[in-house]
Amino acid sequence: MSEREVVIKLRGIRNQFGRQVVHEDLDLDVYRGEILGVVGGSGTGKSVLLRTIAGLQRPAAGSVDVLGTDVLNADEDTRQKLESRWGVMFQDGALFSSLTVRENVEVPMRAIPGLDPQIRADLADLKISMVGLQYLAGDKYPSELSGGMRKRAGLARALALDPDIVFLDEPTAGLDPIGASAFDQLIRGLSHSLGLTVFLVTHDLDTLHATCDRIAVLAERKVLVTGSMADMLKVDHPWVHEYFHGPRARAAVPDGAAKTGQKGD
Amino acid sequence: MAYGGTVMSGGVGAEFILGPADDTGTVHLSGALTIRTVTQARNQLLALDRTTFRRIDLSSVTRLDTAGAWALLMLKADGTNAEIAFVGASAEAQSLLSSVEQALPKPEAPPALDGSFSAWLGRFGQRVFSGLMFLRALTGYLGIFLHRLARALRHPSEFKLTSLVHHCEEVGLKAVPIVALMAFLIGVVLAFQGSTQLRQFGAEVFVVDLIAISVLRELGILLTAIIVAGRTASAFTAAIGSMKMREEIDAMRTLGLDPGMNLFVPRILALFIMLPILGLIANLAGLFGGALMAWIDLGISPAMFTTRLVEGTAVSHVFVGLVKAPVFALIIGVVGCHAGMQVQSNAESLGRMTSNAVVTAIFAVIVADAVFSIFFARIGI
Repeated sequence: MSEREVVIKLRGIRNQFGRQVVHEDLDLDVYRGEILGVVGGSGTGKSVLLRTIAGLQRPAAGSVDVLGTDVLNADEDTRQKLESRWGVMFQDGALFSSLTVRENVEVPMRAIPGLDPQIRADLADLKISMVGLQYLAGDKYPSELSGGMRKRAGLARALALDPDIVFLDEPTAGLDPIGASAFDQLIRGLSHSLGLTVFLVTHDLDTLHATCDRIAVLAERKVLVTGSMADMLKVDHPWVHEYFHGPRARAAVPDGAAKTGQKGD
Repeated sequence: MAYGGTVMSGGVGAEFILGPADDTGTVHLSGALTIRTVTQARNQLLALDRTTFRRIDLSSVTRLDTAGAWALLMLKADGTNAEIAFVGASAEAQSLLSSVEQALPKPEAPPALDGSFSAWLGRFGQRVFSGLMFLRALTGYLGIFLHRLARALRHPSEFKLTSLVHHCEEVGLKAVPIVALMAFLIGVVLAFQGSTQLRQFGAEVFVVDLIAISVLRELGILLTAIIVAGRTASAFTAAIGSMKMREEIDAMRTLGLDPGMNLFVPRILALFIMLPILGLIANLAGLFGGALMAWIDLGISPAMFTTRLVEGTAVSHVFVGLVKAPVFALIIGVVGCHAGMQVQSNAESLGRMTSNAVVTAIFAVIVADAVFSIFFARIGI
């Protein structure tokens, strides 16, 4: 575990919108094969951080290094090659509404030269099945799917090219508890069987507990602390303490409840 | 993912090689078996004589992804070689193979469309029925409008006068430039086309009658209604639809605010008041355009045009034209409000209903115009 490969390396990131500074001197490492959960209060720039790594938002300062490539200074070809090695699942799936689910999953595959259209469709069906959707869902349009199914379809598209890294933005937001926990298991299972590195932005303590190997807390414009769930419970920063020891946390983290059950209500 | 220690290269340049089956019935694969080589791999695997091999050796495969695993597993799944075994796979490759095998989709036929005559008749009947239900729903909205209007007469305090004035400005005042320009150009076109034809008979002066009757009776109001349908029905649908989408309508209901009184009445009433005015403006602009072109092209002076207009054109033509305006206004307003209320909670339905509203409103206006024509012909006006 000590010499794990770093796949995402952020150094000195500074993001600002006008005069509002969201990130200042932010450092973060993500290791190969792990599931990293990023948490933080509203407005601490969790999604901005995800967008920064995925190249959708250019930071004012700092360096972003993904799979050994300097994202900010890479030329067009290198960037394209890199983009086929990561997949992003947006909050509501961000599926193209004029295409069926199968066609959506095929979109990234169209960039592969010489891929037979029939094989492409079969592989899309495989990805749709791997994220736990029914076979017939492939023929449906995004507007015909429920929120949970759209998220799954978005994940299938993110996984279309067997990326090394997937970015998930609030994967369980808006799902009912059963759907959310099924999605947690899906992420865990896929990460294990495909050897994925997962960068996951979430508010959901259950998801953190059920899926993440490591948690990074965003506060005070930087990554305040990283570590396992057990480490988080020992941090005495007020926000982190409140977050991991609050009433909602007790339900999600049984041992947390045991330690702090006497406090509060 | 890289297996077997190969440097990650995205598969570019990594070659896939399929060896022939050896004496023990084993086929040796080497190189990268990924989405980039899967087409080649699948075709080569299918081309192998299935009786000559029972095992596939993966020990020299440097890279395997889900696409490659799929190509291997399909040999078993599609019955090409059900007995096949994979040997020499690394632990990761083995785990990938088994996950993909579990997830292999089982194709299901989509529910077939029943092609029999009775099924066709059933679908036809359903469409007719839904068309009738649509008419019923529109009538229902007209009823809501009339009922709330009557209620506003009895309880004037509930009536939203500010809102009415705002919508009068939106649908009426702001439409004046486009409506006037359109009618002016129609007048010009009629004069120009009419003069070329009538000149052949030496009956140029009848161009005045041609312009007056066609603009006053039909074109002025019909084209105004079509422009207003495009402008206003879509605006109604978009405004009400986006409120519906964000549950604002539901919120209004729970707060005791009636959408009929607060949203429909001001909008439809504004259209009801403004469309006749717009029609009148269109009539004037059309006559002005026609007179101008008649003067330039045929030398019919404005004074002569006016004399001819007053003598030759009965005032009933103006009446026949303008009496249609309130009816068109109701059609456009009701269609726009109804379509807005049909919007669901996604953005696609908002766009779809907006364009539906415009098409339906224009179509209904033209149908109503045809009905009016028949009616006036029968009663002889």
